[in-house]
Amino acid sequence: MSIIQGIGARVIAQIQEMGAMVLFLLRSFGWLFRPPFRLFQITKQMHFVGYKSTFVVILTALFTGMVLALQGYYSLRKFGSEGLLGSAVALSMIRELGPVLAALMVTARAGSAMTAEIGIMRITEQIDALETMAINSLQYLITPKMVASLISLPLLVALFDVVGIGGGYLVGVKLLGISGGSYWSSIESAVEWKDVYGGILKSISFGLIISWVCCYKGYFTKMSAEGLGKATTESVVLASVLILVWDYFLTSVLL
Amino acid sequence: MERGKLEFVVGLFVLVGILCLGYLAIKLGKLELVSGDYYELTADFSSSSGLKKGASVEIAGVEVGRVKSIVLNEDQAQVVLAIEEGITVYNDAIASIKTRGIIGEKFMGLSPGGAGDLLSKGGTIVDTESGIDLEQVISQFIHGNVE
Repeated sequence: MSIIQGIGARVIAQIQEMGAMVLFLLRSFGWLFRPPFRLFQITKQMHFVGYKSTFVVILTALFTGMVLALQGYYSLRKFGSEGLLGSAVALSMIRELGPVLAALMVTARAGSAMTAEIGIMRITEQIDALETMAINSLQYLITPKMVASLISLPLLVALFDVVGIGGGYLVGVKLLGISGGSYWSSIESAVEWKDVYGGILKSISFGLIISWVCCYKGYFTKMSAEGLGKATTESVVLASVLILVWDYFLTSVLL
Repeated sequence: MERGKLEFVVGLFVLVGILCLGYLAIKLGKLELVSGDYYELTADFSSSSGLKKGASVEIAGVEVGRVKSIVLNEDQAQVVLAIEEGITVYNDAIASIKTRGIIGEKFMGLSPGGAGDLLSKGGTIVDTESGIDLEQVISQFIHGNVE
């Protein structure tokens, strides 16, 4: 009897949490269309989520592109078609690795900080102070972060793709000696608008997932240092898992 | 950080990001924002097997356009070609589907002709050659029906 009761309580708690998350998202977006519009807050968040992530994104993109070229060369050489290396690097970069890896890097760098920042504000009762001053905390804290992530992620992913393809060029052409012309022409003949569009769509949805999960976990953190640590861990893990799962579904729909 | 500097670096970030997006979309994705410099020709093939939308159209090995669409039209494959403005094609031109290498992609080879009248926008190339069905050729060879 108590086992069944335990299962029931778990399920109800989970469903309640999911409902709370959806309500949180809808409320935050609702505040986007109501004045005062806090444009400078959005700029500030874009500085944090977007601009400050460029270095780590460029670094990971460069090495991802380089290792893709190395691995691709190794397997394509077995069929004597090293000329296709460019398209192999560019397609896997644009369709899959760019959006996913950039989103994971942003989760680790900016998402965790979002949770910690909002969580600290909750614990030190700064959020309550905002409400006391008749400033809606969702509009002041959460909405700018979501908008900034939605704009920044596609831009970061585009940067990731371009740098990654450049990294593939460095290794494939300069190091392994494939002709530069065949590298670029195989990219141009293989990549279609559909691929680029799919990547952009993915990156926008990942931006939503990151800001949504990380802000939610921070906003509803438990009122203790331990609770904040747990909230930060949970937000990074949940956001990363959601990105990978959602990536699979989106790919299967877009294909 | 002061406000002006912060806005500057964010603007820089957005600009670089949009440049990268534009490069991916227009250069690699072949997204056509303005489609002014092309005119269309149609050609009917008995089979357009393997030819894809976006495949290149070549005259003497030089790319002069792309395959815009392939639809079925009364048992025939109607292929619409977008040819660069300034390339002249005559009505005795021959359009043939060719393969790059033995397992390469299919593309459209055009020999522009020269004796007849000039084909204008929306004109039809009458003389067409469908691609070689490699499997059929091999099976003919194996079963000894080669003449």
